[in-house]
Amino acid sequence: MTDTPLLEIDTAERVFGGGRTLFGKSLPAVHAVQGISFDVRRGETLGIVGESGCGKSTLARLIVGLDTPTSGAITFDGMDLVAEARRDPQKLAQRVQYVFQDPVASLNPRKTIRTILEAPLKHLLGLDRGAREKRLRELMEAVNLAPEFLERYPHEFSGGQAQRIGIARALAADPELIVLDEPVSALDVSVQAQVLNILDDLKKTFGLTYVFISHDLSVIESVSDRVAVLYFGRLAELGASERIFSAPRHPYTHLLLKSAPVPGKRSLIPEDANTELPDPYDPPQGCAFFARCPRGTDRCKSEQPPLEAAPGHPGHMAACHHPVEENEDA
Amino acid sequence: MAAYIAKRLLAAIPVLFGLSIIVFLIMAMIPGDPATAILGSYATPENVARINADLGLDKPLPQQYLIWLGNLLQGDLGRSYALNRPVLDEVLERFSATLILAGTALVLCSILGLLAGVVSAVRQYGLADKVITVLVLIGISIPSFWLGLLLILAFAVKIRLFPASGMYAIYGGGDLPDLLHHLFLPALTLAVVATGVIARLTRTAMLEVLRQDYIRTARAKGLSERRVIYRHAFKAALVSVIPVIGIQAGFVLGGAVYIETVFQWPGIGSMLVNAISTRDLLLVQGGVLVVAAAYVLFNLAADVVQTLLDPRLR
Amino acid sequence: MSEAVSTAAKGRARGAGRPGPIRLLLNNTLAASGLVLLVLIIAAALLAPLLPLPDPDATAPADRLLRPLTEGHLLGTDALGRDILSRLVWGTRVSLAVGISATLIAAFFGSLIGLVAGYAGGRVDAFLMRGIDMVMAFPYILLALAIVAALGPGLLNALYAIAVVNIPFFARNIRGITIGLSRREFVDAARLSGKSNAGILFGEILPNVLPVIIITMSTTIGWMILETAGLSFLGLGAQPPQADLGSMLGEGRKILFTAPHVSIIPGLMIFALVMSINLLGDGVRDVLDPRLKSGALTRPVARTAVERRTVPETRTHGDSVLEVADLNTEFHIGGDVYRAVGGIDLHLKQGECLGIVGESGSGKSVTAMSLMGLVPTPPGRITGGAAWLDGEDLFAVSDERIRALRGADVSHVFQDPLSTLHPLFTIGDQLTEAIMAHRPIRRSEADARAEELLRLVRITNPAERLKVYPHELSGGMRQRVCIAMALANDAKIIIADEPTTALDVTVQAQILSLMDTLRRESNAAILFITHDFGVVSAVCDRVAVMYAGRIVETGTTEEVLNAPAHPYTRKLIDCVPVLGEPGRRLDAIEGRPPVVNDLPPGCAFAARCPRVKPDCRRGHIALSSLGDTQAVRCLYPLTGETADD
Repeated sequence: MTDTPLLEIDTAERVFGGGRTLFGKSLPAVHAVQGISFDVRRGETLGIVGESGCGKSTLARLIVGLDTPTSGAITFDGMDLVAEARRDPQKLAQRVQYVFQDPVASLNPRKTIRTILEAPLKHLLGLDRGAREKRLRELMEAVNLAPEFLERYPHEFSGGQAQRIGIARALAADPELIVLDEPVSALDVSVQAQVLNILDDLKKTFGLTYVFISHDLSVIESVSDRVAVLYFGRLAELGASERIFSAPRHPYTHLLLKSAPVPGKRSLIPEDANTELPDPYDPPQGCAFFARCPRGTDRCKSEQPPLEAAPGHPGHMAACHHPVEENEDA
Repeated sequence: MAAYIAKRLLAAIPVLFGLSIIVFLIMAMIPGDPATAILGSYATPENVARINADLGLDKPLPQQYLIWLGNLLQGDLGRSYALNRPVLDEVLERFSATLILAGTALVLCSILGLLAGVVSAVRQYGLADKVITVLVLIGISIPSFWLGLLLILAFAVKIRLFPASGMYAIYGGGDLPDLLHHLFLPALTLAVVATGVIARLTRTAMLEVLRQDYIRTARAKGLSERRVIYRHAFKAALVSVIPVIGIQAGFVLGGAVYIETVFQWPGIGSMLVNAISTRDLLLVQGGVLVVAAAYVLFNLAADVVQTLLDPRLR
Repeated sequence: MSEAVSTAAKGRARGAGRPGPIRLLLNNTLAASGLVLLVLIIAAALLAPLLPLPDPDATAPADRLLRPLTEGHLLGTDALGRDILSRLVWGTRVSLAVGISATLIAAFFGSLIGLVAGYAGGRVDAFLMRGIDMVMAFPYILLALAIVAALGPGLLNALYAIAVVNIPFFARNIRGITIGLSRREFVDAARLSGKSNAGILFGEILPNVLPVIIITMSTTIGWMILETAGLSFLGLGAQPPQADLGSMLGEGRKILFTAPHVSIIPGLMIFALVMSINLLGDGVRDVLDPRLKSGALTRPVARTAVERRTVPETRTHGDSVLEVADLNTEFHIGGDVYRAVGGIDLHLKQGECLGIVGESGSGKSVTAMSLMGLVPTPPGRITGGAAWLDGEDLFAVSDERIRALRGADVSHVFQDPLSTLHPLFTIGDQLTEAIMAHRPIRRSEADARAEELLRLVRITNPAERLKVYPHELSGGMRQRVCIAMALANDAKIIIADEPTTALDVTVQAQILSLMDTLRRESNAAILFITHDFGVVSAVCDRVAVMYAGRIVETGTTEEVLNAPAHPYTRKLIDCVPVLGEPGRRLDAIEGRPPVVNDLPPGCAFAARCPRVKPDCRRGHIALSSLGDTQAVRCLYPLTGETADD
């Protein structure tokens, strides 16, 4: 793992809605992603964790060029990803790929697996028939599926098998970066482990870089080198995985860790605390977590906290006016 | 809610405006020279020129439209050449007769259709369902103009229970019982197809709703099956059937063309058919416009009812 | 990998056993008779020039208005003495040609507009659909009339008019489907595979839309034939001497009273033609529509059918509020029998929380839903066992008794709180309804009780919340409302089917705490269905692990978590990443669970079990006790010293 960033995201923002009607009345707008900046280093797995409405899927679509940021810059290996996605989406797709959450919905029900897997080989790599055939076999072997499966239709597969096909499709063009958007959350737990293990093996074999998105903290902890925690469209905390899970600074990260159900542990969460997200059409002026935060002050209410490094840990950043210090119990 | 209705009414204005453009354009795209068509064998060059000037046909199309629209907004739809009376008077008189016929048919098909659909869904695969399914298939396959003829043969010629044609008896009629007596056969004929369509969609909607999780919840609460079906399921099904009833209003209004011709009902449909064969184009234009406008307003009402039922649409 | 091949091969074998679409169509009597009738009519129309028919246009004033069955004129003659049978066959030819052409034109342009509008979205969509809305703002036939009025009467003009007025119908239908498909992930996947917009629209979306286009065509073609016949009937379509069925009917109308056969016969022909098309169309729709194919539009009845082959008689746990013995629930789909639940024994003491853990398809939800008869019938039915609620067998009592118990003694909390609450009634309506179904009290009292219930589940501002609709609440709030509803009548047992699975982690943690507190306060027993051992730890006293419709292990939560005895339980715990142990390599369970319509003899887990021995694949394996509370269905259970292998 080297320290040159493969992907750099600089104050990315994505606004849905907005604009004005014919009569000049402004329409409601939602900031799905706001002011997010981070790097992804070559060869690492960056985990992105957050609950519904935190903007993690929007962020994923921005990284693969399926969506365009309203403002901010995304740079991939020194090149402007946003401009490239517009200019030559196929060239970008050769280098950055995506694995979808719902394995069955990501396969066209009326196409055979062969047709689905051949599409990137044909359109992205321009391989001839013989080369395609060879590559198809390699891919099926890489995700541990029998080559006979190529002639079948998606509905003949279980969720786990379908997800392996989804991974093979992403792998087909031999990309450098793969964005995995909740790749195992639609799967049964026993199958989830199979897929996680395959992803781990592929990363080692092909020297891939992953952006791994999940709502499941334990999955994120088990796969990530570094972790970004999102809340309400903003980055709450970012740092090395061990740091985030052993010494979280943002009160929201604390809450997440306390909430995760762990076998053999009774819940410690009070049953009546506020869990409501702010109204996305009328976001608060200050910290979005303020209403739920046990440490909130007047400053939090009025002032958006900037992302700041922890003392002694320059790579561990949290957006909080009153972060939890290491030796203190939140 | 009042604000919502006002908003919907405002939104209907561009639709009505669009309607007027389409109606105008259809008449403007008539091949050949309308003046010649109107005058027929009287088409001397002088007469043609006079008619063209009368109708403003010598001006460019947008200008013609604006003049026409201006007249329209003042209630002037021109004069019918064949009848020699203002188009608006004729159209309104005829339209009231159509409203009586189509309105009755619409009420009839809504009630019968909803009833048949619900019974069919609740008794799925039972005898009632099978009988209704076959009746519905017949209903939507039968040509209404032919059904009308059959009914006339059976009930007016063979057993003389109902009159064969007209809206009122020629001698001594004119009261409500007389109207209803004349109304029965045509309204029934007109309602048949729409009843079939509504029954079908109600059945599907009910079956779809009955599978929803909230129906399971209603049963898990210990509600009686009657309450589950007629309160929980029916209300939800109604939300998806109401737009269908709105669309059926269009079919009923249009279908009136046939039924009025068959039963010689003095409505706008039979007027239009006559006007088309006599090439009385201003009358056609006026008639189409008025019926279309009424239909837009009816659909608006259906929308409002749907919104009242479904809080998610507000 | 070998297992994957074998299951897929099995899948294919099963697929071959299922009748194909043509077969399905012919199995439908109505559709088959429609097909036969239609084929006859089309054959006659196509063969018209070859059939020994007189010239349809040859007039013979001497033979006018002959009745049917006259010598030489099977169906008689019309007012000009023309042979009606001949005219009927030739007229059908015209009507069919016009109907089919109009349908093709409307389908082509309508579908194209719908596809483009739905896929492009934004301005293109807005522009196209406003145009379509304009056309739809006219009453259907009226617009056709206006077009014919403008173009002049004639068959071809009638065809255009009917085609044009049907374009919006296709456009709207296809646009709706296209929008749904365009948002599907496979479209994004195709884009990332380098496909162009046109490639995606016609290569990925169109194949999925095609069945809908065919269904729409099959439902509209009859209608279009009717409408063109209608225009001809009015004298605006086919012009003499050309005749279609509609114009024949129109001409006959003038002599309806004197010679009814002249109009009745062509009318009957239109009816037969349209009816046969509609019968066939319905059949085609049933075959192509996936919802109908899967039986998804079958109405579930109020209570699961009970057809018990075996009824256990003795109760073994006298002190329990609920005892289930040898419960069997099956689904009958097509010719297959899925044994979703194959002999479950459970017992639940007052105030106790029993967790049922399993993966999807293990039968855990079906077990829970069987108790109060909430498994949909068809296709589900309870085929054996008993469930005693305070000694009363729930499978033997009357429907009315079950209704009285539902929501009173036994209440439910379901998975997705958005779909389980009725969208059209307020929270207050739904709560008071639950209360009033079991207590003869006034609405005002019920309102007060509902408010109290909301307070009980820690909802702030309860009086206000009673007036809102479910969609106005967040997921966590909605689930609190569902819990309040379950508490409405002081239930003895609450059946909770994955109540927190649809919720975010932080919300889940709170709902779990809330349920735990409330059950201690109310002393209700909970049957808690989940797939997550972490959730089990948070609330359950005891746990039962299910696999392929059976309980494979049961015991106190501590026993099962700390010393699982069944290899499946062990594997299930080990394959989940645990917070705080990131370095651990996950121990995946290879293979897949068996399909419950084809269970192997012996242990269902044998094919995936690392400890399998030959006798595991033979005969019935009973649940055997390991101490007071723990029991396991395994011939070679893990004991303390082997638990870590």
